[in-house]
Amino acid sequence: MPRRLWARVAVVAVVVLGAAWYLYPPKQTINLGLDLQGGIHLVLGVETDKHVSTQTERAADDLKSALERKGIAARRVAREGDRTIVVELAGPQGWNDALTVAAEFGRFERRDEDQAAGRFKLAMSERLVAQLRDDAVRQGLETIRNRVDQFGVAEPTITRTGTDRILIQLPGVQDPERAKALIGKTALLEFKLLDERTPVEQALAGQLPETSEVLYQRRVEPETKAERKIPYVVGKRTLLTGAELTRAEVQADPNSPGSWQVAIEFNATGARIFGEVTEQSVGQQLAIILDGNVYSAPRINERIPGGRAVITGQFTVEDARDLAIVLRAGALPAPVTILEERTVGPSLGADSIRQGLVAILGSAVVVFVFMLVYYRLAGLIADVALGLNLYLLFAAMAAFGATLTLPGLAGVALTVGMAVDTNVLIFERIREELRVGKTPRSAVDAGFARALRTIIDTHLTVMVTAAILYNFGTGPVKGFAVSLFAGLAASLFTAYFFTRLLFDVVYMGRRKVEAVSI
Amino acid sequence: MIELFRNPRWDFIGKRKWAYLASLVFVLLSLGSLAARGGLRYDIDFTGGTLIQVRFERAPSVARIRAGLTPIGLGDSIIQRFGDEREYIIRLALKELGSEEIARRVQDALAADPSFGALEIRRAEFVGPQVGRDLQLQALYAVLAGVLGILLYIALRFDLKGGVAAIVAVFHDVLVCLGALSLANREFSLPVLAAFLTVIGYSVNDTIVAYDRLRENRGKFVPKGKTFAEQMNDAVNQTLSRTVLTALTTFFSTAVLLVFGGKTLEDFAFVLVIGVITGTYSTIYVAAAIVVDWTRSVEGRLRRGKKAVAKA
Repeated sequence: MPRRLWARVAVVAVVVLGAAWYLYPPKQTINLGLDLQGGIHLVLGVETDKHVSTQTERAADDLKSALERKGIAARRVAREGDRTIVVELAGPQGWNDALTVAAEFGRFERRDEDQAAGRFKLAMSERLVAQLRDDAVRQGLETIRNRVDQFGVAEPTITRTGTDRILIQLPGVQDPERAKALIGKTALLEFKLLDERTPVEQALAGQLPETSEVLYQRRVEPETKAERKIPYVVGKRTLLTGAELTRAEVQADPNSPGSWQVAIEFNATGARIFGEVTEQSVGQQLAIILDGNVYSAPRINERIPGGRAVITGQFTVEDARDLAIVLRAGALPAPVTILEERTVGPSLGADSIRQGLVAILGSAVVVFVFMLVYYRLAGLIADVALGLNLYLLFAAMAAFGATLTLPGLAGVALTVGMAVDTNVLIFERIREELRVGKTPRSAVDAGFARALRTIIDTHLTVMVTAAILYNFGTGPVKGFAVSLFAGLAASLFTAYFFTRLLFDVVYMGRRKVEAVSI
Repeated sequence: MIELFRNPRWDFIGKRKWAYLASLVFVLLSLGSLAARGGLRYDIDFTGGTLIQVRFERAPSVARIRAGLTPIGLGDSIIQRFGDEREYIIRLALKELGSEEIARRVQDALAADPSFGALEIRRAEFVGPQVGRDLQLQALYAVLAGVLGILLYIALRFDLKGGVAAIVAVFHDVLVCLGALSLANREFSLPVLAAFLTVIGYSVNDTIVAYDRLRENRGKFVPKGKTFAEQMNDAVNQTLSRTVLTALTTFFSTAVLLVFGGKTLEDFAFVLVIGVITGTYSTIYVAAAIVVDWTRSVEGRLRRGKKAVAKA
């Protein structure tokens, strides 16, 4: 027995057991890609510009009220473009005071001053713009994760890709349309007063004050299923948003049998604002608006304390449940658009797995039988090593939490090819050494020693490539790179430790080796 | 003991002039096919668009599917059989609607024709134009960076000539596979991209085995009376049985994938089958041959330089 045989057995045993720890139980540790198990894959683009312009709008509102508090008359304080506020004072008087107020908006830079006309602009700083864009994506990601968690999907993948994209993978989701509506909805809940002084007809003709706008309520007739849009003239000022919400629950709608409604409850701040607003506006109609659509516009009969309200709108129980989820999870800071969408039915995923597995098993059998016939006992050793190689590959993928996709299977295929090549290289080399007349024992030694140099070179080159592909590539290319890298690392290990170990166990224990079965 | 070859001594390198000609013909054929067809046919992964895969209970005809889609304004879609006769793919140009919405309309429209029987939408994909373009670019960058990595590694471990020659061999293999893909009128999709990456890996692996043997031979003893071409030829012959064995096992296993892997793996396996052949060939007749001719030209220049010095 060569020295340190037991140490090598121990190394292999530790690796095999460690791999088992990662790999058990396989159904849960190996993530199958959506192309293999069915589900929905979405790439959303976050409209970060929209978030920037919303923030600019908000700052303009704040500036306007700050000027009013100081008693400075302004003709116009408005957003211009995504990141600029235009301020036009009523006249040159109050200029210095206005500049002092503007200076409090420290993250805006003042430019285009024209004191004579009483006009200046505030532009958002580049750093703030960059930060807002980043916030929009991060908050969006968080919100969507929250919604998906409440929706109840096993093993969802929700990650940021690139600068402003969100990748969502929901394996096994049966109703993609519903999932999509849930994820993609901005869910901006707003409370605004109706402008009852402007008649709807006049507003539709385009004659409405700057402070009002026309929004619609969608109504589906129960009999005809026809969609009707009812116009409302709504004041632009938002009194309260869903940001102050603490609870949202589904209830049966008492006024419309078979319909459902969502009951909401505000936190302390929201409840206080809601109380004030309702107190000041008794007799007026308060519109409940979600993503720009009016859901209802009840008349305020008295002050409503406690901060409770209901959203009605002919909801089915599922609609109401999903609405409650998005309201609880909060609004997306900016709207999202769907850039990529793939839905794979579960039957197709199952088919591609079955066919793929049959084919891969078929090619594995071809390889195994060939090695056995051509190299006899050594071939058997190679087959066992190949089995270990695949086992380690899958364990490594489980350890990295990698997902097995169709391109990933390509990586596995190349790994198997190179692992077979490794054994062929070693065995051909041993045969060559035998041919020049070496004893079996020294032929095995020399064969391994010489072949290993080549094997290290081939493996390292391809591993370098895999690492580069991983760093530069996107989804599918990455999947290929991960399984290839893991597979080649496993192949190096089996070639260096395991195959040699088996040879040693089989041959080196004997006092005299007559011949090598190769 | 089964042996394919016993001490083979074929003159591979000596016939490289013919091989250059053959490589040139194949590369030109590939480029010609690509030019004639106006480039590759990309899958929606790369172009953007909408794709719907439908399985019918009873085998339909393309004309009937088209007739079924015409009322919803999708009569001009590309309709292809996919795998067996009951499964079809409907491909649309970019539309405003999401894939789910389109899938539902397609389902409703096709359900109106009773001759199809029950139908199942098995896959609905929508890829926005920006995503497709990004993927194209990123895949290209990734491959170029990978190739650069190979070049650097071989240049450091062996020499620059070997590195450049290996890269030329990789480009040769990729071009020939692209040509085969184009001639067979198959699409360039994500799995096919993965197949190309696999071919690159295989090709480099094969090339390095030959280089390694040459280096080992030259390191052991200074070969007397053998030209560089002969030494390279020896290395190729010594590794020949390994080359053929590996190529055969890989070829057969990819062939099994091609035949039994189903429609999803078909294009992928097709590229691999071609890639194994050209990857093996290019080791000898592109990579090794270029190293030989490059070395000869360098040695020739040195000799002429020495003669000139001697005359003077």
